[in-house]
Amino acid sequence: MSPAPLLCVRDLSVSYPSRAGTTRALDGVSLDLDPGEFLGIVGESGSGKTQLLLAMLGLNAQGAQLAGSIQYRGQQLLGASQRTLATLRGRRIGMIFQDPMTALNPYLTIGTQVTEGVRLHLGVGRRAARRRAIELLEAVQIPEPERRLAQHPHELSGGMRQRIVIAMALICEPEILLADEPTTALDVTVQAQILALLRELRIRTRAAIVLVTHDLGVIAAVADRVLVMYAGRVVEQAGVEQLFAAARHPYTIGLRRSIAELDGPLPERLLSIGGNPPNPAALPPGCAFAPRCAQAFERCQSAPPPLVSIAPGHTRACYFEGPLEMHSP
Amino acid sequence: MSALALEVQGLTVRFALAGGRQRLLQAVTDVSFSVPRGETLGIVGESGSGKSTIARALLRLVPASAGTAWFRGVDLLALEREPLRAIREHLQIIFQDPLASLDPRMRVGQLIAEPLLEFRPRLDAEARRSLVLAMMERVGLLHSHLNRYPHEFSGGQAQRIGIARALVLEPELLVCDEPISALDVSIKSQIANLLKDLQAQLQLSLIFIAHDLAAVRFSCERVLVLYLGRVMEIAPRAALFSTPRHPYTRALLQSVPIPDPQRARARRDAPLGGEIPSPLAPPSGCVFRTRCPFAEARCAERVPELRTVGESLVACHRAGDAAIGL
Repeated sequence: MSPAPLLCVRDLSVSYPSRAGTTRALDGVSLDLDPGEFLGIVGESGSGKTQLLLAMLGLNAQGAQLAGSIQYRGQQLLGASQRTLATLRGRRIGMIFQDPMTALNPYLTIGTQVTEGVRLHLGVGRRAARRRAIELLEAVQIPEPERRLAQHPHELSGGMRQRIVIAMALICEPEILLADEPTTALDVTVQAQILALLRELRIRTRAAIVLVTHDLGVIAAVADRVLVMYAGRVVEQAGVEQLFAAARHPYTIGLRRSIAELDGPLPERLLSIGGNPPNPAALPPGCAFAPRCAQAFERCQSAPPPLVSIAPGHTRACYFEGPLEMHSP
Repeated sequence: MSALALEVQGLTVRFALAGGRQRLLQAVTDVSFSVPRGETLGIVGESGSGKSTIARALLRLVPASAGTAWFRGVDLLALEREPLRAIREHLQIIFQDPLASLDPRMRVGQLIAEPLLEFRPRLDAEARRSLVLAMMERVGLLHSHLNRYPHEFSGGQAQRIGIARALVLEPELLVCDEPISALDVSIKSQIANLLKDLQAQLQLSLIFIAHDLAAVRFSCERVLVLYLGRVMEIAPRAALFSTPRHPYTRALLQSVPIPDPQRARARRDAPLGGEIPSPLAPPSGCVFRTRCPFAEARCAERVPELRTVGESLVACHRAGDAAIGL
């Protein structure tokens, strides 16, 4: 039997009402996160991937209306007090954001920022916290950790800053690490370093990691299991090998085929998904991907397809039953 | 007519930094390249490599400190104000963030018509309108978009507006500064295809600046690899991607995520360590040596000259050394 999930999200919806109408950022999303698992969430802008991450932290913007359920070890987080959430954040759930510069306070030293978590959540004394911070900076492969503690964020490069943010997120030994596009703002050589670091830390810390990205290449490098999101809904979910070898949703397949390759025959044209991503304030009544889908038929216009199991550990939300080509002809 | 649309020799760009002691930041050092007519040259490099500075210097948006850039028989870098204004008709640029580069108060039709008003003032309104509509069709915009504002469009659509505006004068050379980097994955390939189609239709020459190597492979016949303001390697596409001669080119190619979990996890090459140094304190000798797994004593002493190895021009003392597979 599999262990009880750390995090259970059920039928989660996030909407933003306004005078112009309601924007549905998330619609009926469910997921389980197992201890130690590396879950990748892939989607383009407006897919709801960041809203999902923020909901797990109780950090959606003001005016957001949330419905459904988010349970952490059986404890309901939706509607929990700010105090409860603040205790969980940082202590049990660490966070890494896209832009390390905005995640760090420019006025405070690295030492103050890295040790804040253990001092606040665990009541660790100053000297012990400092020792712990040095260990952590070593773990994230920052050279001369002692000297870094006295420095300010602007004195470090982008890659070093992201390592600091990762160290901050890990210092309380959280069970869950949430990462929102942690390598998107970095150069490709530094991205490779950070992905290697996340893989290594995951083994060392045994934390479950949820990584949100628009880049299937990043997913392929690190994730065990993948959720594909489109217009606020999960459209496909599978183990990483299954998803890349045998995707069964036209959007996933289109996304995979849109990636230009570094080797192999040079194509005359890149394959792409036609049309444009939908406006979350004006979603169609049926499947939100239907207007861009070559397989769309009448039924797709009626109601969004439910997520159904099509193989062990593999679900998708699509009415089309015929064959779908993963690779271009 | 020359076979080259653009020929750049020894381009150097220095910025004087404010502050007590005057310090110079050399963003681009002695960069030479040419763009054959109708071809696309890719310029790749990480942030801080100077690739956007090259684009801006060619358009005279920042002053060059040295060098020449021959275009239509004149040196772009030496042109006076009026001839420079006039030559812009033939030399256009599109930027990474299409929404930030379009005036939010102008309608799509006005945005695309603006270059015509500037450079073809004698065109009557009817003729102008038909040129605008024809260009909108070419880039995949609908006639009904004519009176809409940029903010009503998604990123990909806004980039189409930027492209229409840049191409409505049918320029000879289009500089694309990260034209697809900010776009969604499913849209990137649409715009890359569009640029390729337009290039063929309009016999355009292109400079395609990007950090996405796979997109560069698709779009560019030749590729220039830049690091800390210097050329590391210039090579035809096939040679660069199959037999990179510079250790930095090789490291860049090895850093690109592979969209295949089995191959991605089978990779054994350790990622390139460190980060690009500050251009205020560039390393002596070869600027890449501080991160280079093959650096030797001579790399710190002498700046490697660009030389021919195989089909590449490469600035590395060790290029061609079979022992390290370069």
